[in-house]
Amino acid sequence: MNQQAKYARRHIAARAGLYFGAILAALICAAPFLWSMVTAFKQNRDLYNPENNPFRYNRPATSDHVLYLFDNTSFTTFAWNTLWVGVLVVVITLSLGLPAAYALARLDRPWAGWFGVAIFLVYLVPPSLLFLSLSRLVVGVGLQDSTWSLVLIYPTITIPVSIWLLIGFLKAVPKDIEEQAMVDGFSRLAAFWRAVVPLTFPGIVAVVVFAFTLTASEFIYALAFVSPTTEKVLSTGVPTELVRGDVFFWQSLQAATVLAAIPIAIVFNVFLDRFIAGFTQGAVKG
Amino acid sequence: MADREGTLAWLFLMPSVVYILALVALPFLLAIGYSLSDVTAGDPSFDWVGTRNFQRVFEDPVFWRSLGNTFVFTLISMALIVVLGKVLANILVADFRGKWVVRFLVLLPWTTPVALSSIAWLWMLDSIFSPIDWVLRQLGLIEGNMYWLGEPGLAMASVIAVHVWRLTPLAAVIMVAGLVAIPRDLDEAARVDGAGYWRRMFEVTIPLVLPVAAVAALFGAIFTFTDMAVVDVLTNGGPNNATQVLTSWAFFRGIDGGDVGQGAAIALFLFPLLLAAAIAILRAVRRLEVR
Repeated sequence: MNQQAKYARRHIAARAGLYFGAILAALICAAPFLWSMVTAFKQNRDLYNPENNPFRYNRPATSDHVLYLFDNTSFTTFAWNTLWVGVLVVVITLSLGLPAAYALARLDRPWAGWFGVAIFLVYLVPPSLLFLSLSRLVVGVGLQDSTWSLVLIYPTITIPVSIWLLIGFLKAVPKDIEEQAMVDGFSRLAAFWRAVVPLTFPGIVAVVVFAFTLTASEFIYALAFVSPTTEKVLSTGVPTELVRGDVFFWQSLQAATVLAAIPIAIVFNVFLDRFIAGFTQGAVKG
Repeated sequence: MADREGTLAWLFLMPSVVYILALVALPFLLAIGYSLSDVTAGDPSFDWVGTRNFQRVFEDPVFWRSLGNTFVFTLISMALIVVLGKVLANILVADFRGKWVVRFLVLLPWTTPVALSSIAWLWMLDSIFSPIDWVLRQLGLIEGNMYWLGEPGLAMASVIAVHVWRLTPLAAVIMVAGLVAIPRDLDEAARVDGAGYWRRMFEVTIPLVLPVAAVAALFGAIFTFTDMAVVDVLTNGGPNNATQVLTSWAFFRGIDGGDVGQGAAIALFLFPLLLAAAIAILRAVRRLEVR
């Protein structure tokens, strides 16, 4: 009896600790965004008074600054640019990366091992080293100041890391499956497409989400290649349009941050379990 | 058959290889060329100057400062990211009510474009309107303001904190993958054999999680090492170059300063350092797996 009570107490303490940790972690991670949401609806006279309690509305809330974002800035254009650049980059990444990963994981070439490592090392060449020469190259092909330059260049970031992850996922698919498919009369290509790709689907989803997040976050190339407002993406467009010299349009900036953050986070959350499943196979067995 | 597979392998690899050669290898060589030339934004003609750019870079105290800062930022963030990532991963694998909301909020730092989340932090750490300062003032702990981004020590701590805040969720997700992969019965078996919590922790869980923790550390290191958005938005390298890192310093010299040759020379330093770190970590992962 006594023993049981001890276990029950310990259980309750563990649960309480878990909830405490979970809530604390959520609050720390979300703090800047929660703060942004409070700020976004404040009037200037409320915001810029250091005596005011910053956590509540000392004057009525206003949606002026949020509307300003939509009416007077190119925010929607930036969001749209980020979206279609991301989607195209993901498509390019998969159509180049998936066959390459398959060749390295499955076709039993003696050089596959070091080739895989070499491709991962490409990922380590930082954009800060390449953007000087790449901006010349972008001018050379006539894409300067066009969002298409990002579609051309971003796969340099996503392809190497995607191949590396995909190799792991592909290795986790049992070999018998495609051998069986080939015995059943499929060609190697058809076996890859009909048998292996569907089984690798969780891994592919993980790569899609990872590649899209990397693309949406990229900063240096977007800053170096594209200067016209209508061609910019979120990460460069929002700061340049809403920071004029020393003047920060704080409320609109915060609104933009939250509006950009939430959709990406929702998509990521929907696929999180697949991402985790994918990473287990990819990173550990890669 | 073997020949056809060889051809197929090359067919499959070719597009990626051509793409990487054209848009990574070629620019990489060009960057090395720039570092040995006197190319500037105003005068793009290519004249060989040997190692003069490197000599000038070495004579510049700001370079050594940036190099040191890069190491300090990366090592401290990496350690914190791995430890906090493990704690967060333990929370994320547990079952509790409202998990979806917690998961959503916890992932926000990683999924938000870094330039935008840095702006949110810039406002949190504002020199006058920081809510942290307001709370500290109300508690009577400070008078006036902290100037989070204005004092060298605080500015460095702030930059590290934002890096850790941003990358811990990614590390946690990677480690959740590792924790999920640990066979339950191993832990059960140890428990049945009478191993206590700490013993199980150090002799079962940690060795099994190490490879995946190393992968998390590698990603954390790469993102911290090569990132300049956080530094650029928060401090712009200041105050007085106290938070300057190699990437931002290369950008200032190469783009803002227009000295492409020197910018390239500084940026080149990142590569061998990253290469060494990556090889060390990947080898460690291999060795841990074999065991």
